[in-house]
Amino acid sequence: MEKLSPHAEEILESMWIATVEEKQVGCLLSDLDLGPDDSALTELVRLAYVETRADRLYLRKEGRPEAEMTVRRHRLAERLMMDILDIQGAEGNEQACEFEHLLHEGVDTKICTLLNHPTTCPHGKPIPPGSCCVEARSKGETGVVPLTELKAGQSGEIAYLAISDGQKMQKLMSMGVLPGNRLELVQRFPSYVFKVGHSQFAVDDVLAREIHIRDER
Amino acid sequence: MHEEAKSPRIVLVGNPNVGKSVLFNVMTGSYTTVSNYPGTSVEISSGRCKIEGRNYEVLDTPGMYSLMPITDEERVARKILLTDRIDILLHVVDARNIERMLPMTLQLIEAGLPLILVVNILDEAERLGMKFDLPRLEQNLGIPVVGTVMKRREGLDELQKTIAFFQGPTTAVGPYAADLEADIERLSSLLSADYSLGARTTAILMMQKDHEVDELVRAEEGEGFAQIAPVLHAIKFARRADLNLQISLERKRLTRKMLEGALEQEVTEHQMFGERLSRWTMNPFTGVPLLLLVLYFGLYQFVGNFGAGILVDYLEGHLFGKYINPAVVGFFNDLTDIYWLRELLVGEYGLWTLGFRYAIALILPIVGTFFLVFSILEDTGYFPRLAMLVDRLFKKIGLSGRAVIPMVLGFGCDTMATMVTRTLETRRERVIATILLALAIPCSAQLGVILGLLSAVPGALSVWLLVIIGIFLLIGYLSAKVMPGENPVFYMEIPPMRLPQLRNVLVKTLTRMQSYFLEILPLFLIASVILWAGKMTGVLELVVKAFTPVVTAIGLPSEATAAFIFGFFRRDFGAAGLYDLQTAGLLSPIQLTVAAVTLTLFVPCIAQFMMMKKERGLKVAAAIFVFVSVQAFATGWVLNMLLLATGVLS
Repeated sequence: MEKLSPHAEEILESMWIATVEEKQVGCLLSDLDLGPDDSALTELVRLAYVETRADRLYLRKEGRPEAEMTVRRHRLAERLMMDILDIQGAEGNEQACEFEHLLHEGVDTKICTLLNHPTTCPHGKPIPPGSCCVEARSKGETGVVPLTELKAGQSGEIAYLAISDGQKMQKLMSMGVLPGNRLELVQRFPSYVFKVGHSQFAVDDVLAREIHIRDER
Repeated sequence: MHEEAKSPRIVLVGNPNVGKSVLFNVMTGSYTTVSNYPGTSVEISSGRCKIEGRNYEVLDTPGMYSLMPITDEERVARKILLTDRIDILLHVVDARNIERMLPMTLQLIEAGLPLILVVNILDEAERLGMKFDLPRLEQNLGIPVVGTVMKRREGLDELQKTIAFFQGPTTAVGPYAADLEADIERLSSLLSADYSLGARTTAILMMQKDHEVDELVRAEEGEGFAQIAPVLHAIKFARRADLNLQISLERKRLTRKMLEGALEQEVTEHQMFGERLSRWTMNPFTGVPLLLLVLYFGLYQFVGNFGAGILVDYLEGHLFGKYINPAVVGFFNDLTDIYWLRELLVGEYGLWTLGFRYAIALILPIVGTFFLVFSILEDTGYFPRLAMLVDRLFKKIGLSGRAVIPMVLGFGCDTMATMVTRTLETRRERVIATILLALAIPCSAQLGVILGLLSAVPGALSVWLLVIIGIFLLIGYLSAKVMPGENPVFYMEIPPMRLPQLRNVLVKTLTRMQSYFLEILPLFLIASVILWAGKMTGVLELVVKAFTPVVTAIGLPSEATAAFIFGFFRRDFGAAGLYDLQTAGLLSPIQLTVAAVTLTLFVPCIAQFMMMKKERGLKVAAAIFVFVSVQAFATGWVLNMLLLATGVLS
């Protein structure tokens, strides 16, 4: 399949949000800041993804899957910027807009798996599921989750510790909370109690959120 | 002094809760406190012992999890390893958790220390289905290994023989992954001074950003540090992402290798009673009722009714009132005619009548029964479970669950509890805990007298309880709002539930009573002298007079003023003064309740103030002092108004 230009992708994205999410009937060309002979527009028209009638632009059935994926890539990029790279606010949005155009040829799948198949963007809008999400769901893979997501009695392998405070991290590690060790959650309330080896530990939810477990349901 | 320097020194190290202190006591024959929580062994115990005709000096250190210290206690323990002379180092580990504790053994071997590994609590490990081949472990590690059950003295003979025939360090650990080894070598080859932990360990600790070791090397190497710094910085930067993790994982890999053939785990599925009880204490639905049961039987029935009721009645009313006091008073009255001397000895505020009698007949039975309950609970491992149960609630008042230990201890003695607040992690937490101890936690002596007083009036106890709990939560909540800083993070090891050993509990109770008694008796005596001097010179009368308007403002009779003045010399003194007023029939139910509330909240005793000054500094201590006094009388005033207006209790 032909790779779209960044501008064309942005048009598709806006069209998809307008038609699918906001239930509008097409968009005015002037709303999208487009002239009738814009190159990105001609590109989309040539692929039959969109059609123009008078000064209104419509998303065609053929264009929908591609449009949905552009939205998905944009929102994944937002998650990556804000959750992992910690770039917040307008700066995060701007970087996400640049970054989304690089998420092709399976990179989006990798990012999606890294983020553990998120369903919403940082602004609360849904992220359309990709094939990787559907596959993970059908196989029941839950991936790596924070300790807070486990039910009492469940166990799994410690995957990593996401603690920013180095001393707390060391404390946990010297208590045997190390990647590769098995951990069993004994209790969730009022504090998290878990077992590593023959020892039991209690931690609060702040620490529990930062111990990540490879869940084996 | 000269001879002490000659006897070899044995040092004990290990995690908390591995039976290190028990081993220390078995070896030296004396007893110090054994604890389930980090805190009581901040100070280092030392003793001596004789093995095969040779004298040894024995040193116990605070529990530490690894050679990289995090808490103050660990720092103390590490400092000993870093700077002191050590002839034999005993690393005590819990057999059940050997896999978790061996990495530290590896660190100690790596440091070239003269090490013997003591695998303790073997019996419980075997009950869990773990099978040890200790000779094999000895072979794998290359150091002597002794298996023990120290609480039954099993393995002591073997340990003593091993100590007597100890040859010194012989072995090295490793290697780690090649790239890591290369970096360690690159750094350690630059170290030219002689380090007690060896160049290899010193290099690793520097790479792990240990500032104390950095300082040490900077001082030892002098100008040579200029060559070390760039190499160190380069390594630190290159490994910034995961050095600690990589070292931990390497040590874990080596630990598994060491345990190969030395440990077999049989699968056992039966749940023991201790385990089930442990679940009940931690589940809020059963844990809270259990806590209430513990409070009701332990505190109210045993300390309140038995200690402060039956025991005090017997000692104070019967033994002292009928036999000892008349005899002593008569004896001194016969002895001397001098008025001031009589007053000093057996007068109203006399050394005997106020100092000795109160301390022995009134306070000691109450404090003793409290420490007995506290020691039993401590030895079962209940407190860490309580800590996890209240953590959520304590977060609201700016504390972590860890603070429950000083708070509970405060019901015994606020002065001791104020000292224990040093085990809390942040300064913010320590200050909040100090305020709450000073304000809203009554000590056992006070509590005993107050419970006894209030139980005579229906409803008074509930009002008192409600107000004190309300003030505790309100002031905690407000101080958490006002004090800058983040909420503390909570993590705690939950040791297994154990049946307390009678001997341990008794010795601990007696040790605590002894230190409490040695601390309070001089203060009681000093207080009596001050009060006596005040009475003789008329100053006391002036102070009482000056203070009376404040006391009458909250609706109390002017006679109650003396109780408040006494209250500062010893919190329980004040409560006991109230007791006298009550028996004289001078207080109405409302007055009694208001007085009890105000006195509970009022300024901590002089000993607690001294401890606050020592732990928090004069400025903070003075600020707390003023705040608590104002808060106490303000609460008393409001409560008095409320009770009068609503007609409750009248």
